[in-house]
Amino acid sequence: MSDSSLENLPKGWKSVPSDLGSDQTAFKGVQWGKAMMWIFLLSDTFIFSCFLISYMKGRASTVVDWPNTSEVFSLDFMGVPVPLLLIAIMTFVLITSSGTMALAVKYGYEKNRKMCGRLILATAIGGLIFVGMQAFEWSKLIHEGVRPWSNPFGAGQFGSYFFMITGFHGTHVSIGVIFLFIFARKVYRGDFDTGRRGFFTTMKSDYVSIEILGLYWHFVDLVWVFIFAFFYLW
Amino acid sequence: MSDEYEHKLEAKSDYTTDASSVSAPEIDSVPEAELPDQELYHSHSWWTTYVFSQDAKYIGIQYALTAVGTGLLGLVLSWLMRIQLAFPGLGWLDPAAYYQFVTMHGMIMVVYLLTALFLGGFGNLLIPLMCGARDMAFPYVNMLSYWAFVVAVVVLLASFFVPGGPTGAGWTLYPPQAITAGTPGSDMGIILMLVSLILFVAGFTMGGLNYIITVLQLRARGMTLMRLPLTIWGIFTATVLAMFAFPALLVGCLMMTLDSLLGTSFFMPAMVSLGETLTHEGGSPILFQHLFWFFGHPEVYIVALPAFGIVSDLLSVHSRKTIFGYRMMVWAIVGIGALSFFVWAHHMYVSGMNPWFGFFFATTTLIIAVPTAIKVYNWILTLWRGNIQLSLPMLFSLGFIVTFLNGGLTGLFLGNVTVDVPLSDTYFVVAHFHMVMGIAPILVIFGAIYHWYPLITGRMMNETLGKIHFWITFIGSYAIYFPMHYQGFVGVPRRYFEIYDSPYIDTSTLLLNKFITIAVLIVGAAQLLFLYNLITSARLGKKSEKNPWKANSLEWQTPQMPPEHGNWGKELPKVYRWPYDFSVPGAKEDYIPQNQPPSEIIGAKVEKT
Repeated sequence: MSDSSLENLPKGWKSVPSDLGSDQTAFKGVQWGKAMMWIFLLSDTFIFSCFLISYMKGRASTVVDWPNTSEVFSLDFMGVPVPLLLIAIMTFVLITSSGTMALAVKYGYEKNRKMCGRLILATAIGGLIFVGMQAFEWSKLIHEGVRPWSNPFGAGQFGSYFFMITGFHGTHVSIGVIFLFIFARKVYRGDFDTGRRGFFTTMKSDYVSIEILGLYWHFVDLVWVFIFAFFYLW
Repeated sequence: MSDEYEHKLEAKSDYTTDASSVSAPEIDSVPEAELPDQELYHSHSWWTTYVFSQDAKYIGIQYALTAVGTGLLGLVLSWLMRIQLAFPGLGWLDPAAYYQFVTMHGMIMVVYLLTALFLGGFGNLLIPLMCGARDMAFPYVNMLSYWAFVVAVVVLLASFFVPGGPTGAGWTLYPPQAITAGTPGSDMGIILMLVSLILFVAGFTMGGLNYIITVLQLRARGMTLMRLPLTIWGIFTATVLAMFAFPALLVGCLMMTLDSLLGTSFFMPAMVSLGETLTHEGGSPILFQHLFWFFGHPEVYIVALPAFGIVSDLLSVHSRKTIFGYRMMVWAIVGIGALSFFVWAHHMYVSGMNPWFGFFFATTTLIIAVPTAIKVYNWILTLWRGNIQLSLPMLFSLGFIVTFLNGGLTGLFLGNVTVDVPLSDTYFVVAHFHMVMGIAPILVIFGAIYHWYPLITGRMMNETLGKIHFWITFIGSYAIYFPMHYQGFVGVPRRYFEIYDSPYIDTSTLLLNKFITIAVLIVGAAQLLFLYNLITSARLGKKSEKNPWKANSLEWQTPQMPPEHGNWGKELPKVYRWPYDFSVPGAKEDYIPQNQPPSEIIGAKVEKT
């Protein structure tokens, strides 16, 4: 649809019945891949919701007390245990990477290949640092005797839920990082300017893919905020 | 037709196109194309044409054949179980094998046959054709979806060959027993089952995204959501349900896998097994039940909604009559879908939940009866004074209405807590769910296969064999399941591998078991007849005309039949109306296809849709 006909459509709430009552597309001017990512993320939200609700239920009904999280998650800084220090840095890095991702999308649409590529790389590195710090945190907890089936601080379910949920989220971040590196290469090679065909799908590349990847990345960050709140602050 | 009816039609004549007032190009106009034509993937090798095909029609057939093949195994398992129940003296199955067959039969039929066949099979075949698209939105992802399903099936079947055999935990896979020694397949079998389900969910998600986006974003010019055939509404809504229900299954499966492999205690309480205290402690078995049924109840409607949609179309086409209350049918589908997320704990009335909780879920469950009843009434009113053709699809559709009504009524019994508690875990439950989500959707599947077979092969299936198949299947299912209701009332428990001659069990049930088993074997033989018909008609069947049922929906209006790659030749279809304009007064034919321009049917009293 051309941009001019998009502007003639009703705005605000009036657009909802008009778009749904129209032919051809229900989301006017929205690329298929973008709509697909939104629906996938909605489905993924249900996965994480199930995880977190199970965690709440599990935590509420253990026979042994839940470990004191501010002690378990504290990090010694110059001999003083500082609660949430590592997590604060991790969260900061991940949220910052969301910012660089948003800028990458903007430069992508402006066809500024250099800046777009740099910012995607910066996002990927942010993600990599996050995964690295998570690996550090996991190994620290494992050193202290926390296992998926038991731990010295309290209910065994603490380790079970912690490793499962952060692991599932970490897998999401890692997949995102892999795609960010692939996309950085694509941007530098100019795939999105020349419309080079995908190796697997044989479909033309388009800058909108960067926005789609961005949606995924912001979602992963948003999920982290909830995991952070439920695991570290509760 | 009565004078009064004629008069009403006259009153609606503002909808009739008056030839003198407008010119043909003007009344034939549809909105401009919003998007450029879809770019298609063209295969270049044997592998990409016949194996890793990216054509939705082909993927649909692949899905359907794989699902039916797996379903045949489920059918054979049911024969083996029935022989054991009728003639326990033969020592046909040991208890472990019986449990394993119960489990695999249930899981195969619900997930790997019905879900895969309705959404993967009919969804892929019909969505692009009925929406007027060239293919699914993401053909490559669609191909991956099918192959993930194949891997899931292979992993599932592999569990027959591992030490300990497949899991015997029942299709609900309840922990702690599913992963505790003493249950058949509690080591390897259950792991393979869980892995297979996780793969299925991953594969389905890829397919489901395709179905949703294709319906929402790839419709033809003029095709509004309220002009879609109800088949598409059913498949679309079921896909949305699946996208939100499967996550709970995925999470439950993942957690149980960890419980089994790593020794975590998500679902495992402290317990003593074989005289030893297990290391598990503090988990909640009820949590799994909640996760499972949050998936499990919408799953019932994932199977039922496509059947509702398809049967609406079959009834309308084969009674040459407009579907009664189209919009109400759409809202009923959507409403049932939404409500299905708020009723799951009615499967758990005996789990010891708070009575108020049960009260809430009984209420929501009974509310679902309202939109469901609307649908049943509308199907009957569609037939009312219609020109009913007793073709095979119509016979199966009529069979569906009766069977669904029957299963739905027993659902009212089981939805009420106080009635459910004594009936829980008896054959009454078995009879109920086989009627409502076994036989009823299967009858629609048969009707749909007879209806769309010419679209796939260009040939008709044999009518005589089909009629024999219908009558044996229809009467046979009642011979099988009616006695089970009675067995349930007298208290015969389900999942027992042998009903003893005990003072607590009425002796009549022993005789009934023999009767049911004989009926099962006869009905089973009729399915082999169906398969014979399905296979031989592909080469020997009568050549079909282009639109053999004189249907209006777009899948029959392709330039070639069967449709070729890209479906529509050079130009995409334009849609002017809904697919239910049958027997319109003033029209030359008794049907007006969706893509027939208004200028060609001047004088027909078509309602605006």
